Amino acid sequence: MTDATSAADPAGKIPVTVLTGYLGAGKTTLLNRILTEPHGQKFAVIVNEFGEIGIDNDLVVDADEEVFEMNNGCICCTVRGDLVRIIDGLMRRKGKFDAIIVETTGLADPAPVAQTFFMDENVGAKTKLDAVVTVADAKWLKDRLKDAPEAKNQIAFADVIVLNKTDLVTPAELDEVEARIRGINPYATMHRTERAQVAIKDVLGRNAFDLDRILEIEPEFLTADDHDHHHDHGHDHDHHHHHHGLKHYHDEEMQSISMSSEKPLNPDKFFPWIQELVQTEGKDILRCKGILSFKDDDERFVFQGVHMILDGDHQRKWKDGEARISRAVFIGRHLPEEKIRKGFESCVA
Amino acid sequence: MTDAASTMFTLADRARIVAEAEGSTIVGVHFLRQTPVFVLGEEALLFAPAEKRTRVAVHDGGILASAADPSRIVTGGDDGKLVATDRDGNVETLATDERKRWIDQVALGPDGAVAWSTGKIARVKTGKGDLREFQAASTVGGLAFFPKGFRLAVAHYNGVSLWFPNAAGAKPEVLEWKGSHLGASVSPDGRFLITQMQEPTLHGWRLADAKHMRMSGYSARVRSISWSHDGGLLATSGSEQLILWPFDGKDGPMGKQPTMYAPSPSRCTRVACHPKQPVCAAGFADGTVLMVRLEDGALILAREADGQSVSALAWSAEGQVLAFGTEQGDARVLTL
Repeated sequence: MTDATSAADPAGKIPVTVLTGYLGAGKTTLLNRILTEPHGQKFAVIVNEFGEIGIDNDLVVDADEEVFEMNNGCICCTVRGDLVRIIDGLMRRKGKFDAIIVETTGLADPAPVAQTFFMDENVGAKTKLDAVVTVADAKWLKDRLKDAPEAKNQIAFADVIVLNKTDLVTPAELDEVEARIRGINPYATMHRTERAQVAIKDVLGRNAFDLDRILEIEPEFLTADDHDHHHDHGHDHDHHHHHHGLKHYHDEEMQSISMSSEKPLNPDKFFPWIQELVQTEGKDILRCKGILSFKDDDERFVFQGVHMILDGDHQRKWKDGEARISRAVFIGRHLPEEKIRKGFESCVA
Repeated sequence: MTDAASTMFTLADRARIVAEAEGSTIVGVHFLRQTPVFVLGEEALLFAPAEKRTRVAVHDGGILASAADPSRIVTGGDDGKLVATDRDGNVETLATDERKRWIDQVALGPDGAVAWSTGKIARVKTGKGDLREFQAASTVGGLAFFPKGFRLAVAHYNGVSLWFPNAAGAKPEVLEWKGSHLGASVSPDGRFLITQMQEPTLHGWRLADAKHMRMSGYSARVRSISWSHDGGLLATSGSEQLILWPFDGKDGPMGKQPTMYAPSPSRCTRVACHPKQPVCAAGFADGTVLMVRLEDGALILAREADGQSVSALAWSAEGQVLAFGTEQGDARVLTL
């Protein structure tokens, strides 16, 4: 192991990267790039059974993408049963691979894949979800966001977005599609690529679901937006600096809500509030993340969630001089923004 | 180790060590007459008679499922092969999937019949060599032959299909229950069908009237179940003790509490009831193996806790020998 892609886990858990993207965006191109680069890593690859293009790898498993609902009264607790089975089987060959990549079909919802890692004990004990990587087609994404709810889901859910086929659009079109992505998901790391040429370390070993790694959740776009209001007329834009020159697009259906508080929160108010929130709105909340400062507590509390599933823990001591600001972000569909903002504010101690 | 365990009668030091915890994970163990045979996670079976141990290569890859009768062990692999290995270590490939898909489940039936599944497709090869096929609505999670009649329970999403492989064209009866069913077992008297669900519960049906029963309260998915020698109890893993459900009355466990023995600091991972006596062996996630007397819960230690998770457990046909293996590759045989 020579670089950040090794993602060694103290508990010996195998990292799993979920590769999504609408039909034709370049998922398989990215997958084959990852597999053929000279990184010395071995992968087990789980592909959907209708994949047509050959995958250049020793350990390739066909999956059926079978989703079922858990019997826990929660209609959004869907799990990929085939992954439970396949990961159980792959673990018999532990030592033969360093990481697992799950490629979904172009029409798949990433949520059941992610939820499988939280809902199945065996899967959660032996593997860990590293990140959801979404490949987006720079030329066609704009149209797909209008007519394909799956494409929007994949963008909203992503930790890393590979904006591919940038050579097929003009710089202005590229800025526009990026702004539309940011309107849905301002928090994912974005990479502009041609033929899915992205550094492996930018897509693997991200630890995006690892509570210890939730360091910053400052939305890139919003900070960039502040800078840019003055620049919108007549300036030359450097298109390699992704954060500049973006217009703000508001997606009618999928939004993100970002909140912060400089006053410490009361845990006895926060936990009941967020539990109730994900119980009632969890179907529409795709992802959430937060770093919190509780009253009389010297440690940062971090949380993250997928639909109704929440995961949280104390992370580390607040550093001397570090501003103890609580931040939380929610990405979802038709979110009741007023209700969520008021709820968060009411948690102030 | 609990206080109770430290004062417990122990036979642990009498166990013969077949393999140390350095090799492939142990995923199963069976007896071919008196010979214990461990199923490794990859490629091979480990024959462990008292004299010497022999490794027999059976698959080109991971071994996903295994079942045995007194004459052979049948294994399914991620190489798409279904392989039978006899007492002398002779290996015969019974079937090869045309697309090299995984053989997920294996079950052995009467008169030399063997059943296996690949994704949604369940297949049966009769003792005469006839091939039958049934396509379930979703991936097969478990296969179990009925004790009488040539009938097979095929577990899948949202229920179990009861398939008569020899009744060509007959639509299988479906017992429905929402969720993912990951294992199936028919009680020895043929009256009840039990499935292991993705959630930490068992589901059951009384076959006479398809009446449902739910057995819940587990801390984890129930991965191992075993019927007692007389069929009166169902021993189950999945909790920090051995859980036994009563099946002797006409209603089975409906409206009854289970018996709980051998409370442990760690979770029960494997269970195997003695073939002749009211005794059940229970393996735990910390490496403990206990023999539990089903009349009063008296315990005998067969393997001390060492942090290795017990992943295979079986009695010989007469019940004089107990074999057990761990995820870390440790394999032992205890002769009583």
